[in-house]
Amino acid sequence: MGKKHKKVVVLPCSGIGKVYGAVARETAYELVEKVRPGLATLTCLPLLVINDPEAVALVTENPVITIDGCPKDCAKKSVEAVGGQVAKAYEAIKFYKEHKDLKPEGIAEVNETGRKLAQVAAAEIAQEVDKLAAGEGE
Amino acid sequence: MDIQVVKVGIVSCSGEEIPEGTLCRLACRKVLDERPGETVTICLPLFIAGGEEERTFAQNYPTITVDGCDKMCAAKATEMLSGKPSKSLSIPEILKKQGLPPPTKLRHFGPEEDAAVKVVAEEIAKAVEEVLEEE
Repeated sequence: MGKKHKKVVVLPCSGIGKVYGAVARETAYELVEKVRPGLATLTCLPLLVINDPEAVALVTENPVITIDGCPKDCAKKSVEAVGGQVAKAYEAIKFYKEHKDLKPEGIAEVNETGRKLAQVAAAEIAQEVDKLAAGEGE
Repeated sequence: MDIQVVKVGIVSCSGEEIPEGTLCRLACRKVLDERPGETVTICLPLFIAGGEEERTFAQNYPTITVDGCDKMCAAKATEMLSGKPSKSLSIPEILKKQGLPPPTKLRHFGPEEDAAVKVVAEEIAKAVEEVLEEE
């Protein structure tokens, strides 16, 4: 078993062009605000782009889960670009493929169905958050 | 005769950690939806994660950056990694100028936040018009 952690960073896609970017963000907010408040934490992805010292420290000193909205994997690549290691990388579309009854719509923010999909995704990712906090899976 | 249509690039800070980031995304999206022929956007992290096409974004389009806090990630990243923006807008400055309170929620904006989204979108649209006039 590895080192235990008080924080697990959840980094979603920043995009405002595709629905799965919005699903990724909604999932991260669900984790941080409702499912694992106090344990799951996030930072602004653009802070990594400008090498902000606090944001870089957050992602290099804690386990990181990324949720990307498209195959360009900006969140994952941005963590790696500042020397961080991604413990688990998700693409938001995976959750829709597994729950075809929850088709999300919306780009800047998702509709009610998208919110339900994000709740399902957050519940699944929470298991990974718990493992990483306990020092497992790194 | 060839007529070249100029589009203005809008780069939103995205700011997942702060309510102003959500306001920024919603206002930028509103302008992009209302002016599809005149505006285009890019996801800010693509300056690092993307290819040559993404990195030359600010060289291909006159660009307006919109930031949610004084760290000015969008303005700095665009200038550092792509090219100097034509204009840099700041949400806190716009809200202060308009006498509007900053938003307090990260998501699920409703009627309370609509006024701020509208005002910021109007400022972005005004900047788009100014940039188009200069081109």
